[in-house]
Amino acid sequence: MPPVASRLISLFRKWSIKMTKLNELTIADARDALAKGDLSAVELTTSCIQAMDGAQDLNAFITETPELSLERAAQSDARIANKESRGALEGIPIAVKDLYCTEGVLTTAASHILDGFVPPYESTVTENLRNAGSVMTGKTNLDEFAMGSANVTSHYGPVKNPWKLDDGKDRVPGGSSGGSAAAVAAHLSLGAIGTDTGGSIRQPASFCGIVGMKPTYGRCSRWGTVAFASSLDQAGPMTKTVRDAAIMLQGMAGHDVKDSTSVPMAVPDFEAAITGDVRGLKVGIPKEYVIDGALEEISAIWKKGAEMLRDAGAEIIDITLPHTKYALPAYYIIAPAEASSNLSRYDGVRYGLRVEGDSLDEMYANTRCEGFGDEVKRRILIGTYVLSAGYYDAYYVKAQQVRSRIAEDFNTAFQDVDVILTPTAPSTAFAIGEKMDDPIVMYMNDVFTVPASMAGLPCISVPGGLGEDGLPLGLHLISKPFDEQTLFRAADVLERQANFTAQPKGWEINR
Amino acid sequence: MSYIIKGHQHDWEIVIGLEIHAQVISNSKLFSGSATAFGSDPNTQVSLIDAAMPGMLPVINKHCIAQAVKTGLGLNAKINMYSVFERKNYFYADLPQGYQITQFLHPIVIEGLLTIDMEDGSTREIGIERLHMEQDAGKSIHDKDPRRTFIDLNRAGVCLMEIVSHPAMHSPEEAGAYVRKVRSIVRYLETCDGNMEEGSMRADVNVSVRPVGDTKLWTRTETKNVNSVRFMMQAIEFEAQRQVEVWETGGEVKQQTRLFDPDSGETRSMRSKEEAHDYRYFPCPDLLPIELTQSYVDDIKATMPELPDAKKHRLMSDNGLSAYDADVLVAEREVADYFEIVAKGRDAKVAANWVISNLFGALKGSEKEILESPVSAENLGKLLDLLADDTISGRIAKDVFEIMFATGQDPAAIVEEKGLKQITDTGAIEAAVDQAISENPEQADEVRAGNGKAIGWFVGQVMQKTQGKANPQAVNKWLRDKLGE
Repeated sequence: MPPVASRLISLFRKWSIKMTKLNELTIADARDALAKGDLSAVELTTSCIQAMDGAQDLNAFITETPELSLERAAQSDARIANKESRGALEGIPIAVKDLYCTEGVLTTAASHILDGFVPPYESTVTENLRNAGSVMTGKTNLDEFAMGSANVTSHYGPVKNPWKLDDGKDRVPGGSSGGSAAAVAAHLSLGAIGTDTGGSIRQPASFCGIVGMKPTYGRCSRWGTVAFASSLDQAGPMTKTVRDAAIMLQGMAGHDVKDSTSVPMAVPDFEAAITGDVRGLKVGIPKEYVIDGALEEISAIWKKGAEMLRDAGAEIIDITLPHTKYALPAYYIIAPAEASSNLSRYDGVRYGLRVEGDSLDEMYANTRCEGFGDEVKRRILIGTYVLSAGYYDAYYVKAQQVRSRIAEDFNTAFQDVDVILTPTAPSTAFAIGEKMDDPIVMYMNDVFTVPASMAGLPCISVPGGLGEDGLPLGLHLISKPFDEQTLFRAADVLERQANFTAQPKGWEINR
Repeated sequence: MSYIIKGHQHDWEIVIGLEIHAQVISNSKLFSGSATAFGSDPNTQVSLIDAAMPGMLPVINKHCIAQAVKTGLGLNAKINMYSVFERKNYFYADLPQGYQITQFLHPIVIEGLLTIDMEDGSTREIGIERLHMEQDAGKSIHDKDPRRTFIDLNRAGVCLMEIVSHPAMHSPEEAGAYVRKVRSIVRYLETCDGNMEEGSMRADVNVSVRPVGDTKLWTRTETKNVNSVRFMMQAIEFEAQRQVEVWETGGEVKQQTRLFDPDSGETRSMRSKEEAHDYRYFPCPDLLPIELTQSYVDDIKATMPELPDAKKHRLMSDNGLSAYDADVLVAEREVADYFEIVAKGRDAKVAANWVISNLFGALKGSEKEILESPVSAENLGKLLDLLADDTISGRIAKDVFEIMFATGQDPAAIVEEKGLKQITDTGAIEAAVDQAISENPEQADEVRAGNGKAIGWFVGQVMQKTQGKANPQAVNKWLRDKLGE
C-alpha cells in the first residue's frame, strides 16, 4: 500500500473513533486503539472526566480524582510511547467503589464514621489494577458499608439510576455497588470495580443494564477493602461487556499473602476462555428459583435466557437445589454477625469521626450513634443478637449448617451441569423511596444472588433484555468454584444472543 | 501437707485454679510483622494491622504456632491437630479491633499434666485443662494526664499463650510451686522468658473455699493483675480469708472479677457476674483453621531440650543428688546448664554443694544472676579439680573462690600467684607440729590427759603456722602420733 494511502486510512480510523464518544468505548476497543496509537490515555480519561462533569446529578461518585487520573493517564501514555505498556488495562479509566482503601485518596465506605479518613495504603485489588496500568477516575458511591440493595443508605445521598422512564421518578441503581453500576451505565468510566457480599455487584448490574461479575471467594484479595462480611466479601468487575469483565478480572485477581483466605492458585487467561462456543455445555435450571409472587417478566426473561443458550448449542437440564429457600434467612444471620464484629473498630479512638463524651463508653455511644446510619445500626444489632450467649447455637451455628447444605446442593448439581442459569433480581429498578418501609422487602432483592455467595461460587449478571416497564433485567450464571473460564464463555454467548443494545436515556437532561 | 483455714463453724479448704498468660518469644507479633521488643517508645511497634485500620487482615505467624506446640509438648499435653481462632468481642480503647483474636472451642493444646515440687521435696501432679493462643491488647495509660488516657499499642497483637489449670491446687504454696514450674518449663523451652516484672508472664487466680470434706466447687472469684509469685500467694491468702469470713457471717460469695492491689495486699471487686461481658465468640472469618500434621509435631518434639523433671530424675539417679538439691539445680535452665558443666567428670555431690552453697551465696550477696557470675562454670570446675587432687585444702578453696568471685581469675593462677598450694611434705608438717607442741606444753598435757577437744585447738595452731596450707589430715595424724592420743 502506498504510504499516502496508509496514512489516510490511519487518519480515518482516528477520526471515526473520535466520532463515537471515547468514554463510550468498551475496554477491549479502547485497549486496541491505545495499543495502535489511535488514541491516548489522556484523551480517553479527559472524555470520562467530561462525562462525569455532566453527570453530577447521578451522584455516582463520592470523590472524583480528575487531577490524579490525568496524571496517571499521562504516565500510561509515556509507557505506551516507550513500549513499556503494562498490558490490557494500560490507560483504561476505571471507577473504584469507595470501599477500597486508596493511598492518599479519601475513603469513606459511604459512612459518616469514616469522615476525613485518607488511608496511607492501597488495597491489593486497586494496587493490582494500578500495576496493570489502569487509571482511577474516582471513588464511587455505595450503600453505607456496602449494606443495602438500592444505594439509598449512603451518607452521601442516594445514587440515581441513569435509566429513566417518563414518570419523572428517579430510580435506584441497585446496591450496594450502585455508584459503580451507574458510572458504567452512564459511560462515566469504561469499567468499575464493585464488591459483592450477597449480590452487591450483580443486582445493580441487572438494574443498570451492565455486566457485573463476582469471582470465586478467594480469587481476589480482600486486603485493604473495608470489610462488611469477611467470609462473603469478594471484589469483582462491572463492565459494559463480558469480555471487558474478563479483561478487568485478569488485572484484579491473584494470590495475596496478606489475605489468608485468598487462594494460592495461578490465574488463568480469562479472555482466552471466551470462544463463542457453548455447544454441549450443560446448563442447569434450578426449580427452586421459581418464587411465589415473582413477576411474570422475571420468569419470561429467565425462560428466554435458557432458550438463547439452547439455540447456541447448549443442553438445558432441570436441576434441584433443595436448600435454596433457607439461603436468604441464613445470609441475614451470617452477614450481620460478621459485620457486627468487623465494624467494632469504628470506635472514634484512632481515625474517622469522634463525638466526645464524658466517659469512654459515652464517647463510643456518641460516635457510633452519630456515625452509623440506620441500616448499619440495624445489622449491627441483628449481628450482636445472633452471636449472643443463648442465641448463638440457634442462629449462627444453624445458619452455618444451612450454608454447608447450600454448598452441598451446588456440588451435587455441578456433577450434572457446567453452569446454572437463574434470574439476577426479582424486579427491575424501583423508584427511590420505594421498599423503604420494610427491611425484609428490601432484603428480598438478594434472593437469587445470595445462594451462590453463600457457596462462594463465581457468578455473573448479563443484561438479558428489558422488562415490561422498559428497564433492564439481568440473567445470572453460576459456575463451579474457580471455573470462571466456563462462566465467561457461557456469559459471552448469552450476551451475544441477547444482543442488548438499549442505552439509558433521559438522565443527561438534568446535567 | 494441708492448708486449712480454721473458722468458727468449719475448717475450710481452698480450691485454686490458675490462668497463666505467657508471652511467646517471637520476633514479630501473632498476626502482623511488627516487632515485639519490650520497653520501646510508645506506638513505635505498631503496624496497620495492629492499629486495626480499615481493611486490614491478620496473617498467622507460624513461629508462634510452633512455640505453642512446643510448650504443649513440654506440659505433657495433647496437641490438637485442628484448632480455630475465634473473635472475642468487647470494646476497650486499647483493643483496636474491638475484638481479641483468641482460641475458644478448639484450642491448640489440651489435657496437660504438670508435676510440681514442694519445699519438703515432695511432688504433686496438677492437671492442665488447655493452652490456647491469643493476641495481647495494648496498654492504657491513665496517669499522664488528669483528663485524658493515652494508648500505647506496642503490645497490641503480641502472641500470648493462656495456660489454664484445673481447679486442683489447695494452698498458696502449691499455686506458687505451679507457677514456678510453668515458668521453669517455658524458659527451658525458650517459648516465654517468664519475666513477671515486665509482664511477659501474668496470672489470673481463681479462688474458692469449701468446708473440708465437701467435694463440690463453691462460688469462685477471679483475681487479675497478679504479677509475681509472692503477690499471687498473698492474693490467694487474702481472698480465701475474705471468702471464709463472708460465708461464716451468713453472707454469700459472689462470682466476680477482682483486682489485686500490691500496695495493700488486698483484692477488690472490679466487676460482678451481672456486669460481665457477653463476648459473642465466633470463628474469625479472616483466618483459616490451623491444621497440623503428626510429622510437624514430631519434628518439633525432636528439637525439645531435656526438661526440668527429666533432668531432676537424672541428677538423682545417675549422680546421687537429693531431691531437694536436684530441684534447686534444675529450676532455672541457666543454673542447670552451669551445674552440668561444673559436675562434668567430677563428683556431682561436691559440685552441687559448691554451686548451691558457695556460688548461690556469693551471687545473692552481690545481687547477681547466674549468667552474670564472675566465676565461670569452667573455672569453678577447675577449682574443684585443685581440691580433689589435694593441691589445695577445702579452707583454701573457699578463699580462692572469694578471689575468683571478686576478680574472675583462673583458680590455678590464684593458687600459684598467692602460693596457696597445700603442704603435703610430711617433714614440714611434722616440724610445725613439733613446734606447736613445744610452744604450748600445758595444752599438750591436757590432750595427753584425754581432753579430745584440745586436739582441735592444736590443728588450728599448726594451720596458722602454715598459713592454712598444711593438709589437715596430715596435721591430725602427726598430732595424734606425737600426743599419744
